[in-house]
Amino acid sequence: MSSRALRQPFGLRLTSNIFLALWCLIAAFPIFWIVVMSFKSPVDAFDSNALNVIFGPATLGVGKGLSLLDIILGIAVIWATVVIATKKLPSMVKSYTRPEQEWFGWVIGALVVLVGFLLAFFVVLPAVLNVLNPWFGPLGQDVLGLTTEHYKTVWIDRGFSNNFKNSLIVTTGVVTVSLTVGTLAGYGLARSGSTLAFWILIVALVFRALPHSVLVAGYLPVFINSAEWLAPILGENAPTLYGKPFAVIAVLVAINQPFTIWMLRSFFQNIPAELDEAARVDGCSHFQAFRRVIMPVMWPGVITTGLFSFLLAYNDFLVTALLLDAQNQTMVPAIVGMFNRETTTTDQVVAVAAAVSITAPLIFLVLIFQRQIVSGLTAGAVKG
Amino acid sequence: MNFRTFAAFVGPSVFMMLLFIAFPLVSVFKQSFYVTQPIYETVEKETCTPGFLTQSCVTEKVSQPKLDEHGEIITQTQYVGLQSYRNVLEPERAWRAISDGSWHVLSTINFWKALRFTLTFTLITLPLVVGCGLGIAILINNAARSIRGPVIFVSLLPFIITPVIGVLSINWLFRGDGILTAMMEWWLNRDIALFAQAWTIEILMMLYRVWHVAPFAAIIFYAGLQTVNQDSLESAVIDGATRWQRLKYIVIPHLMPLIIFVSMIHLMDSYRVFEEIVGFSSQGYVISLQWLTFDYLTPDQAGNRSISRASANSMLTMIGVVILLILPLRRTWRDHKGGH
Repeated sequence: MSSRALRQPFGLRLTSNIFLALWCLIAAFPIFWIVVMSFKSPVDAFDSNALNVIFGPATLGVGKGLSLLDIILGIAVIWATVVIATKKLPSMVKSYTRPEQEWFGWVIGALVVLVGFLLAFFVVLPAVLNVLNPWFGPLGQDVLGLTTEHYKTVWIDRGFSNNFKNSLIVTTGVVTVSLTVGTLAGYGLARSGSTLAFWILIVALVFRALPHSVLVAGYLPVFINSAEWLAPILGENAPTLYGKPFAVIAVLVAINQPFTIWMLRSFFQNIPAELDEAARVDGCSHFQAFRRVIMPVMWPGVITTGLFSFLLAYNDFLVTALLLDAQNQTMVPAIVGMFNRETTTTDQVVAVAAAVSITAPLIFLVLIFQRQIVSGLTAGAVKG
Repeated sequence: MNFRTFAAFVGPSVFMMLLFIAFPLVSVFKQSFYVTQPIYETVEKETCTPGFLTQSCVTEKVSQPKLDEHGEIITQTQYVGLQSYRNVLEPERAWRAISDGSWHVLSTINFWKALRFTLTFTLITLPLVVGCGLGIAILINNAARSIRGPVIFVSLLPFIITPVIGVLSINWLFRGDGILTAMMEWWLNRDIALFAQAWTIEILMMLYRVWHVAPFAAIIFYAGLQTVNQDSLESAVIDGATRWQRLKYIVIPHLMPLIIFVSMIHLMDSYRVFEEIVGFSSQGYVISLQWLTFDYLTPDQAGNRSISRASANSMLTMIGVVILLILPLRRTWRDHKGGH
């Protein structure tokens, strides 16, 4: 608002900001609340009084809690980590790595910070606090009920780590394959103005609108009987595709293809065609032009599309619930199973803890890739 | 780019889409006309109960599935024409219900119940999503530049969260005496059970969907607001236009393509409404078309999946998708022709 004519009166700005604050509250509250619930004993977590949920008297009653000193030092450690990660890390990475290997430096740096944080927060801090708390009198007394036992139950007793592993396999597979296939197709479609390219895009748009259950209805009988009809080709070892993560990867890649090629096409259209024409004049074939000229400049678009592929695979419930059996279950169907099966409040809080565990990586993802996500959303809108 | 290079670039992607999208569609279409079921045979079975002096024996005819030499059930696939469609639609009952004007009877048939909810859900959430998205975008645009980044971060959270988990998190706020239900009870001073009747569940589902999608609409509209012509806004002020008039005559026409885009995406996505049913576990009260297919595909107690019914239901769902897409596709086709 540079112009004076468009300046808004104070009252309007105030109202606008109040409503914005209200929206932020609505947006964040359910997520914040399940985080709070996951750390409380069942009595507190499902208490109808909000203050009891936050302060957790029953959790405090069984001796699980944090003192003011704990909270202050905990916040200090988190703050220090954030400062190191945002201020120190970039310059250190720059100074220790050569420019072309910078990404490698980032991976190492991030891992070091992560391990350091985990050590400081979960090993060093509790040990130090155990010694300090009795010394500080009232400051060292527990005031906030908090327990991590539900996380232990989920990850250790319920074998959620196995679901995590399966999710990891499926998401990694989906992102890798769909980007490889999608990048080639997106480039081809962006550089070809033919009617065939147009029709492929239109059909992809129709495919995008299909309910996924329709497709799964097509896969299920084929997958369950696959050992039979694959036998003539593969002989005795023909696999039953039902319940196999790689079959789910193929399915999710295909479901994701329409979206991927539309998005990558719009990114490739932003890369001037003169660039590869110049390479072609210098004697490159189409593939060489793609590999040597386009690939170095296409990363922003690929990262953004990769993020959305990741989200699709990570968030999927329908396909994984129907096509995977109990041994290979991914995280989302596992949580739904917990929620539907368990009846006691303890089990419900365990399901809450699992839900928080699956949400935390997503929040970090937004934190790191906010700009890419926003650009991905708008790229689809402006061009699509 | 000649055809061969084009085919080499696009080939893998097209192949995957053909194999995993087009082929299943065809096979679903075919399945919807066939039924696979075990072959039953009738055998005479003698059951004897020990009694005093003599056993008392009863001979009765039992029908049981035939087994092959490996002890597995022999199944046969049979062409049944439109039978599966009839099973899903139950046309006679539905017609009788319609001619009696009895909505209650019609809603006992799963398909019509699901269709009713899916359509209501789609049509009610659409204006809410566009309206809230526009509102949030304008609010973000009004805010000081320094707080926009954090605000967008917070706004993205509902959009990025796993849908089922998002529904569950809303569910936990309201279930039983969840804090928000408790708050409403305290405020209205009466007992409230939000999960005991269909309409309150439907309202919660719509609230969830708006919460989930409005950020997406807001981000897109916010990007559009950056390109509004400042000069025309300024001249409107000089001509004495009120804020409301400026919004109506300058900003909204500028955003119109984006509003259409968001509406299209939202129509497609909310027609597929599914996660809400799972997360609120509302199948007793409210179901949707996609959930119905999912339910047919889930094995029942005996471990059987009703594949043919699921296929028939899918094909009926597809009709809706086609109707939904006719308008935008016609527009794209005209643009394409005009562009050449």
